[in-house]
Order: sequence, then C-alpha cells, then structure tokens
Amino acid sequence: MTVVAMQVNGKQVSADVEPRTLLVHYLRENLQLTGTHVGCDTSQCGACVVHVDGKAVKSCTVLAMQAAGALVRTIEGLADGDKLHPVQEAFKEHHGLQCGFCTPGMIMTAVDMLRRIPKPDETTIRHELEGNFCRCTGYHNIVKAIKAASEVL
Amino acid sequence: MNAIDAKKATGIGASVPRKEDFRFITGNGHYTDDICRPGQAYACFVRSPYAHATVDDIDFADALAAPGVILVLTGKDVAADGLGGLICGWLVHSKDGSPMKTGAHPVLALTHVRYVGDHVAVVIAETAAQARDAAELVDVSYGELASVTAVSGAQAPDAPQVHPEAPRNTCFEWELGDKAATEAAFNNAAKVVSLDIANNRLIPNAMEPRAAVGEYDKGTGVYTLYTTSQNPHVARLVLSAFVGVAPENKLRVIAPDVGGGFGSKIFIYSEETVCVWASKKVGRPVKWIADRSESFVSDAHGRDHQTHAELALDANGKMLGLRVKTKANLGAYLQLFSASVPTYLYATLLSGQYDLPAIYCEVDGVLTHTAPVDAYRGAGRPEATFVIERLVETAARELGEDPAEFRRKNFIRKFPHQTPVIMAYDVGDYEASLNEACRMIDYANFPQRRREAEARGMRRGIGFSAYIEACGIAPSAAVGSLGAGVGLWESAEVRVNPTGSVEVLTGAHSHGQGHETTFAQLVSDRLGIPIESVEIVHGDTDKVQFGMGTYGSRSGAVGMSAIQVALDKVIAKARKIAAHVLEAGEGDIVFENGHFTVAGTDRGLAFAELALQAYTGHKFPTSEIEPGLKETSFYDPTNFTFPAGTHIAEVEIDPGTGVVKVIKFVAVDDFGNIINPMIVEGQVHGGVAQGIGQALLENAVYDPDTGQLLSGSFMDYCMPRADDLPSFDVGVTVTAAPSNPLGLKGCGEAGAIGAPPAIINAITDALGVRDIAMPVTPERAWRAANGL
Repeated sequence: MTVVAMQVNGKQVSADVEPRTLLVHYLRENLQLTGTHVGCDTSQCGACVVHVDGKAVKSCTVLAMQAAGALVRTIEGLADGDKLHPVQEAFKEHHGLQCGFCTPGMIMTAVDMLRRIPKPDETTIRHELEGNFCRCTGYHNIVKAIKAASEVL
Repeated sequence: MNAIDAKKATGIGASVPRKEDFRFITGNGHYTDDICRPGQAYACFVRSPYAHATVDDIDFADALAAPGVILVLTGKDVAADGLGGLICGWLVHSKDGSPMKTGAHPVLALTHVRYVGDHVAVVIAETAAQARDAAELVDVSYGELASVTAVSGAQAPDAPQVHPEAPRNTCFEWELGDKAATEAAFNNAAKVVSLDIANNRLIPNAMEPRAAVGEYDKGTGVYTLYTTSQNPHVARLVLSAFVGVAPENKLRVIAPDVGGGFGSKIFIYSEETVCVWASKKVGRPVKWIADRSESFVSDAHGRDHQTHAELALDANGKMLGLRVKTKANLGAYLQLFSASVPTYLYATLLSGQYDLPAIYCEVDGVLTHTAPVDAYRGAGRPEATFVIERLVETAARELGEDPAEFRRKNFIRKFPHQTPVIMAYDVGDYEASLNEACRMIDYANFPQRRREAEARGMRRGIGFSAYIEACGIAPSAAVGSLGAGVGLWESAEVRVNPTGSVEVLTGAHSHGQGHETTFAQLVSDRLGIPIESVEIVHGDTDKVQFGMGTYGSRSGAVGMSAIQVALDKVIAKARKIAAHVLEAGEGDIVFENGHFTVAGTDRGLAFAELALQAYTGHKFPTSEIEPGLKETSFYDPTNFTFPAGTHIAEVEIDPGTGVVKVIKFVAVDDFGNIINPMIVEGQVHGGVAQGIGQALLENAVYDPDTGQLLSGSFMDYCMPRADDLPSFDVGVTVTAAPSNPLGLKGCGEAGAIGAPPAIINAITDALGVRDIAMPVTPERAWRAANGL
C-alpha cells in the first residue's frame, strides 16, 4: 500500500491505496467523489474525464500515484458554490444530457476544450469530442450546448 | 407567475428544462456503482473462454486460498440450493402447433458452457481487485466442442447442437399471415422485387455498464437488490416466482439512476441473481460491476436476422403482396423477450405504411453459440422496417418511379386499417410526414445538389424511409393471446400531500427519458400547481405498488395514461370535498387553473387549501367520503399506438476512400400529442444516431471457427462518435392517438427504426448499386464505388 496525496477540488486529500489503483478509483472509492464514472476499460468512452493540473485527463488511464501532488478537479468541483459553470448551465438549457452517465466526462472535456479553443465551430467541437461517447443524445444537443457555452464564456 | 403563465411555461406542450438534470451535471447522480453498503464484498465472475464446451471440473482451491477471498460458488451450489433457471417470458408456437424448444438457462453453468462469456463460477472477495485476482486462479477443465455462431448452417443436421432439446438448433418455425392469399398475389403479379437482407448484429452499449448490489437482512429475512434495471418489479417477479431466490414479499428491488438501457437492462441476468443469492450465503452485501469487456460478451445483443423478402406488384406499381422468410439468431439461451422480438414485434409490422392486401412471413428462431439476442432499441420493428423500406425503394427504382411518389401511391389512407398481420392501425397521415420531410430536405432541388457533388468528384445519394412502429406496449389480453406471460398495463399512484404538493409513484422507469420532467408537466398542467411541487417516484418496489417498466416506447402512452386516470380520480374526489367545503352542489364546482370555485361566484379554494381539507376531514362527511387524497390506477391500453413518419438521408461518398458522409438527415415523425418537444427531439436524435450507427459503423462479429467475439471492446466495435454524425433536422406532424386519454404514441425508438433504411437507400442511390451490406464501412463503400 502507498499513501497518495493530491489536491482535489481545492482540498488537500490523501489515501493509502494499492500502487495499481487508478485515479478514477481513488476518486470514487477513497474520496467518494462518484460523479466521475467508469464506462469502459479501454480508455475510449471518456466518462471518467477530470482535470489534472488544468488539463482534461481520462482518470481511468492514470494511476493515482501518477497524480500525486497534482491539482485535480472533478465534476463535483466545477460549479462555484451554488453558481453552475456556464457549460453546466448550457447542458441543462440545451438538453445536452439524457441518462446523465457520460455527462460529467462530457462537461469536463468541454470545459477543457473551451479553455484551449474559446470559439470553436461545429466541426471542431465534434472533432474535439472524439474521446467521449454518448449513447443517448446523438451528440446533437451536446454540440449545441458547447457552442452556446462558448458564446457566454 | 400566475397559474395560466405557469401552465404555459411548464404544462403540456412546453419544452421544460429537465428537473433531473441538476444532479447529473453536478456529479450527484446515484447510479448502482455509486451505492456502497456497509461491509460490502465484491463479486467477479469466471466466464467461459470457449463458445461451446463441457465443464468437466472446477478446481477453486487456489482461488479460495487467495488474499481476501470469502467464497467461491459454482453451478453445483445453485443447484444444491434449488434455484431455478432464467426464463423467457414469451412462449411462441411453431407453425405445426408445437411450443418453442430450448434448453434450460442455468444461473451458473452446470455441465456445458454455450457462449464465450457464459457464467461458470463467481468469486466473492473483500475488494474488487482481490475478487478479480482470485477469479484468475479458478482452474476450470473444459472439454472444447465445435460451435456455430451464425444462422446460416446452424440448422444443418450435422451442425454443432446448442441444446439437445432443440434439434437442428431450431427453437421455433413460426409463421404469420395468409400463405395461400399471398401465393395467389404473387401468381397475379406483374412484377416481383426480391432482396436478400442481413440485419447486422448489434451490442447495445448503454454507457453505464450493468451492475448489482445484493443485500440480505438477517433480522427481517428481506433481500434488497440495487440494480441497473428498466423494470424493477419484473425483475422481482422473475427472481421470486421463477428463480426462487426469495419470496416476492421478501425481496425489494431498487433501480436507482440508470445510465441508459436501450433494452439491454430489461432482462434478468445471472449476475444480479447471484448477488442477491450470495448476499445471504456470505452474510454481507455483494456488489458486482460489469467492466465494458463483460458488457460486450454478456449483455443481450440485438438484431441479427437473415431474410429473403419478395414484394409482388401489379402492372400499375400497386403492391399486391409481401413474402418474407427470416432466420433470426437467438443466441445460446432465450432471454426475457427473445422469442417475441423476431416474431410478434417483427412480422406484425411488415405492412409498413402500405395498403398491402396479403402478407406471409415465416421466421425460424435459431439457437447459436453466441450471447443471447433480445430487445434492442426498436426490437423487431427496425428489422421489419428495414425489410419493407429496402424493398419499396428497390421496387421504385426498378419501376423507374420516384421513390416518394411510389410510396404515396401505396400509402394506407383510410383509418382504421386492418393489416393482414394482426395490427389494426387506428390513425395516421403518412403523406403529411412524407411531404414535410421532402420540404425540409428540399427534395425538389436534389438533382442539382447531386450534379454539384459530381462536379467535385463525389457521389451523392438520397434515401427514404417511411416507417411505422407499434408502441404503447400493450393491451394485456392481446399480448396474452400471442404468448406473453405477463400483462403490459402500467400503474400509477398520485399522492396529494396535505400541503398540496404531490408525489406520483409510477411503474415506468426513467433511464434517460426524462420522466421526472414530463410526468410532472402532466400533473402540473392538470392540477394547476407549480411543477416544483410535483415529485416523480420510480424504481423501487417498496415504494411503487407495481409496474411493468420502460421499454417499447410505452411510458408515455401507457405510463402517463395511468397517471392521467389516477389524476381524474383525484380531481373527482377533490370536487366532492370542495362541494361540501364550499356548501355548493358538486355539479356547480368548477376546477380550473388550480382552483375549485362555485360557478358564477367568487367562492373558491386553491388546490392546496382543498388538499388540507381532505386531510383534516372536518368539513365533509367522512362516512361518505374517506379522508385523504390519494388515488391509484392500473391502466391497460385498448390498442397499440402507431407512431409513423418519414426519414430522409442525404449522403455523399468519396469514391477514392469510400468514406460515407451523412450530409443531412431529416426526421419527420407523428408521435401524436407531445408533452415536452425538447425531450421528444432528444429522443429522435439519439435514436437516429443509433440507426446511423447500425447502418455505417456498428457490427458484432463472432469468429466463425472459434466463436470468439471479435468486436469485444470499444477498440473493435465502432460506436458512433460526435464527428461521425451530422446535426439532425427534426420535424413533427400530429394525429392524436385515439387509444389513450392523452393522445400519445411514443417516441423512444423511431430514430433507430427509421434511420437504417434511409441511410442504405441513400448509399445505394449514390453508388448506383442494388444492395450493400450494413455496416457500410469505407471498405465496403469503396469496393462498391469501384465495382469490386
């Protein structure tokens, strides 16, 4: 077992975990931050996307140890208190989610996308989402939501 | 906001943002994997690496000795505890009258394994990782046997047999329609168009993998199962009455937030059965979460038909008859609805939107050494639509007729319309949807767009699909007469609280459909109360009286109708109470915008005031009217509903690379009345995406020699990604369904039904070929484009 410490959503945390523990399991099981989801085992679906040191990362593809000392942000830490992040608002406003399972990863990916590309066109948004699966929405309203968020950010 | 404004903002017909979204966008959903019970242990299943083998010995001594392992269970333990097998809830008969034939479906394999991923043993350990490590140590001695995975060849006398009870791997040889009348139609035909059609096998891949937590309370003897279910009461019924895990009154099934289903979470699988059963044996809660690789091999798959279909036409291009012979792959075991999907949910829709005087369909249900095949979004209806819409488009081309005009000529125009295959269509206006779709895609100017594309070296095509489906599943007596083991009504309970807020307990289950919003809109609209005062409760057998769950686009037409009936009863009782309180005749009480008033006076009661009166019981004779305000309904529909519409796809293909690009996709659907247009459009988007996925990308492939699932991960099974799809153009036409009080038809599956033939018709149009197999990968399109 190894003690792994990092800052998650602004709080210093640490947990004693097996060295093989993935970041996603560290977040979900040790910190009970269950908003980050596991949808596959091949790093394809993106349900587990969180931010590590400001960049979108698939937390199923990173060992918790690799994130030791990092600043991690999960979906639970995205809103500013009761004030939703504009991407969260846009997903609700434009019906960018149905079952909600891919949503945290989608939103975290979108926030990172808009940080790098503030005003993406539809083709860019679709291309940038290639690492995130949604089985419910056909992406139509997700694309619409991200576009709308880009206009208010 | 006054009551009238509120009604506009949140009532029927308003695109109300979803009440459920807040928890999902903030990471506060409660999916099964998010549930941790004190002291829970973890299960990992040992699965067959072979498609077909005898299980000669299971040596789990090393596994049992591994760190953290609590217990290892096998099929012998299941048998020793007297548990039954998993069941199919629908019995079909072969044309000779004999009942379908299949072998038992054990919870854990006893003597044989019959597909890669079949369940052999379960290891229960302190942690998920320890369970997985130890599962690797279970030493199973298999005797590998020959396998068969495709329907072609599976019925040969010398083919490897899946179950001794089903000779020639034939579960049933079923028929529907009038054979003699159909033959006569073909004898009189001026032209016959035929196609051999494969409907490719799909893997549902809801984004949340299946999961279960079983828990046993020693003090009360009550088991609780948290599981990813579309129908928790049905799960409880099957686990109690057939598997015998626990009596129904000692089993609580909770389906919390469920991350998509698409059919795959209707069924009762081995894993949740084992979690419930094992929780008593280990005296601790037992949790199992599928990893995606397990989902691929063990979730029920969809489609997988091989069909020969022929359409008979007279000299004027009017349809005379349809003859269809289908071989449907059922997999190794029948799941809950397996037998109904390729029969009563398929052949009954073969008339499409057309006035077809004679239809005859034969379906062989074929067992193979593959994962069970059952309902996947559309369930039988996409397969039927693909057959008829491919044939119709091909016929139009061969007759040199415009595909839209050819359809118009053959549309059903008088309602009700009795088809030759059971269904009685009650209402519809097929031409209205077709015309609107043509307008939206600018059909008139397609030739110009094609020329422009050709000038760029691209091949452009347009394809139609005028689909119909049967939803609102279903009138109980009707499905009973066809072999269903259950009734398909839905239940609702409307509980008005003394403060005037309302809980609605529904037997439908939302796993993305937005019931918490649409159902609340209905209540808000009818009772004239703010939508925030309405809570929709579902997914818990201890709370909801009963329910058949959500599938087959039934939750609006059946589930909301049950709520509507219960609301009628609430209002009727409230009116009686209001009459006493307001000292007026019941006939003089008007209920409007959340107020009970005495007609022609200013005397009245707000809904919340009435609710309080109902609970205090001070101002009405409780000997005549019981206190309280809570009503229930078990609503059974009088007919199926028949959503229908026209989808048109326009594609462009690069003959140099074979890449097919969907330039435009127009879906015009008649779903009857609509509660929340935003949610309905979202359902269409998702369905169309899955339909385009089937047509262009997705394919479940088993190796024909070894029976291994070759497309067993997202690396191999091509899920539609954002950049594979266009934005969609969605339109509606409305003919209200007469068979339910809200006039709803259902919208959940239309996209997946309508899209595949539209896409294939567009591709064959672009390439000038008669047929092309799904999925149309760039290689297939490139070969076709280059005559290879």
